[in-house]
Amino acid sequence: MTQGPAEQNSHNPTFLFGALGLILLGAFTANICLGSAWISISDVWSALIQKESSDPIVSQIVMNFRLPRALTALLAGAALAISGLLMQTVFRNPLADPFVLGVNSGASLGVAIVLLILAPSGVALTQSLELSGNILVIIAASCGAAAVLAFILLFAQRVDVMSLLILGLMLSYAIGAVVSILMFYSMAERIQSFFSWSYGSFANVTWTQMRIFAPWMTFGIGATFFLAKPLDALLMGERYAESLGTNVKTSRIVTLGIASLLAGAVTGFCGPIGFLGIAAPHLCRYLFKTSSHRILIPGSLLTGASIALGSDLIAKAPGFDGALPLNAVTALIGAPVITTALMKQRNLGKVFGR
Amino acid sequence: MRTNAPQNPHLQTKNLSIGYSRKKQLPSIVASNLNLKLNPGEFVCLLGPNGVGKSTLIRALAGMDTPLEGNVQIENTDIRNLTPRERARRISVVLTESLPMGMFSANAIVALGRHPHTNWTGILSDHDRERIAEALHAVEGTSLAERQISELSDGEKQKIMIARALAQEAPIMLLDEPTAFLDLPRRVELMHTLRELTQKKRLSILLSTHDLDLALHCADKLWLFGKEGNIIEGIPEALALEGSIASVFASESLDWDTEQGSFRMHRTPCKFIWIEGTGAERIWTRRAFARRGYGLSDSPESARFVVKIKKTAKNVEWEIIDHGLAHPFHSLESLMGWIARPTNRNGKHPDPHFPLK
Repeated sequence: MTQGPAEQNSHNPTFLFGALGLILLGAFTANICLGSAWISISDVWSALIQKESSDPIVSQIVMNFRLPRALTALLAGAALAISGLLMQTVFRNPLADPFVLGVNSGASLGVAIVLLILAPSGVALTQSLELSGNILVIIAASCGAAAVLAFILLFAQRVDVMSLLILGLMLSYAIGAVVSILMFYSMAERIQSFFSWSYGSFANVTWTQMRIFAPWMTFGIGATFFLAKPLDALLMGERYAESLGTNVKTSRIVTLGIASLLAGAVTGFCGPIGFLGIAAPHLCRYLFKTSSHRILIPGSLLTGASIALGSDLIAKAPGFDGALPLNAVTALIGAPVITTALMKQRNLGKVFGR
Repeated sequence: MRTNAPQNPHLQTKNLSIGYSRKKQLPSIVASNLNLKLNPGEFVCLLGPNGVGKSTLIRALAGMDTPLEGNVQIENTDIRNLTPRERARRISVVLTESLPMGMFSANAIVALGRHPHTNWTGILSDHDRERIAEALHAVEGTSLAERQISELSDGEKQKIMIARALAQEAPIMLLDEPTAFLDLPRRVELMHTLRELTQKKRLSILLSTHDLDLALHCADKLWLFGKEGNIIEGIPEALALEGSIASVFASESLDWDTEQGSFRMHRTPCKFIWIEGTGAERIWTRRAFARRGYGLSDSPESARFVVKIKKTAKNVEWEIIDHGLAHPFHSLESLMGWIARPTNRNGKHPDPHFPLK
């Protein structure tokens, strides 16, 4: 990474990557150690290596609750950040995020149908989402996201990115309206369960689900590393990208596909988590002072994962009885980040050549 | 030196028709039946009035737009059948669309030109880095290399974009109005740089411009894009002589001056002067009068004024003879001020001593 075109100023990427890596490690450890009960690092360690002397309850907490939750936060944060970066580049728009194409709304609609319509007609849904009943919610969210994605990709061949962006926004509004109508005619307790999904949480992924979630995320995130070169070219605008030998349509569809699958899956498993996808790439550009994707992709991965772990730490902090809605925490962190980035750069648009 | 041996053109069009296809309507045709050739080592300027379709032609030649009919060929292959990467290795472009930025250094932008030559990781080899430095050097942009592209002026950005195209090392280079943002000296420099590159590296360069004067001086060949969608090809001097340039740009208020190789205002001067004098002073005096609608007369007798340019060792003086009266002037400005003076009924200045007062 030290010899790329990004090596252009005093900001040493190697140093920054090291620092971000350490922050991530710290956040991950803190996420496992801290919570309603504080567990020392040595206890966590003995639980992890399944030492016989370890306290079975501590071991239970670490292995079945803290570790999957921290892993989920790490993967989901990284996925959302990368997804946001991909969207911002493809649309050359600083406000684009994983949900701008309506992927989020699609997932919401799927979940709303399951929780608000199917539930009354006899689908056995447990009240609490911690139980395996939420597998249906995941499937519904993924299907909803996938349906919207398929619809968008159908158009991606034919229209330019600006039209696509507006199409996604309109789709979001339309689906949002349908969800509102569904909620209007639903019973209070069902709306409650829909709400609790829409707050977002990293606590819902069990080890069984992790077997799907983890490989899926790893695959999606890994695939983006192959896109660094066409993404750099796409920042130049589509005509220039093409003249540089980029297959614009293919890279656009592959990029949107990966971004939506990442965001869709995270939404399915963790609920709609806002702001992370917009904030992490901006923070990363601000830190590394470059638009080169060979730097921004790993950078967003690290910052996204760290922000997610940090947010989760705040959301489950002991002071807040039970847990804060994760969505509120990410928004509270995300909004200042974007504001700061705006203030420092004065014109975010210039990052995208506008 | 060009030889008479038949050359294999780098790029040629076969019955190419360009324009825009419209839904449920006949396509709007910009130009049709074009059979053009770009030969190695040839620097071609594309000239034509605004809105005639120069950019459309360039995009079609670059294989970015699908032609309505016919095709563009490189090495006897239809350009649309090449993959983007194959195309990028043969054609580089500089477009008019808003100059892209991003948080890239100038160096990183030029490095993008190496994309068609690097593998999927985009990591640059020493060879790539040499090409980048060379391209920056060619446009005299080496000092800009480490600057952020967003900090550069429009002219500097344009230079970097041209360097990027050079770094692409394609035998064909298409530039759409690359001189638009540059000041006059920079334009002349750029044209000469591109000209030199064409000959040194046997490139084919096509450049669209509105700079008729510069194009006439620099181009090996002109493509004149007429309003009827026809393209007239030829060396600049021949086109100027046969009046093709005049016909392509003809308008109500402009006249093509074959002797001067430029357009001038006013078709028919109504007043005439006779100028005695030579050199640069004569040319610029004539131009100053031409702007006020004076033409050159055939003899001093038929002229409204006789202007004498007197050069001494120290300075230049003008003398104007008006109805037998001589008025001396120390500068062209005061002379033209006198010409523009308010006159009374008999055509004489109310104050006979006016210019010397």
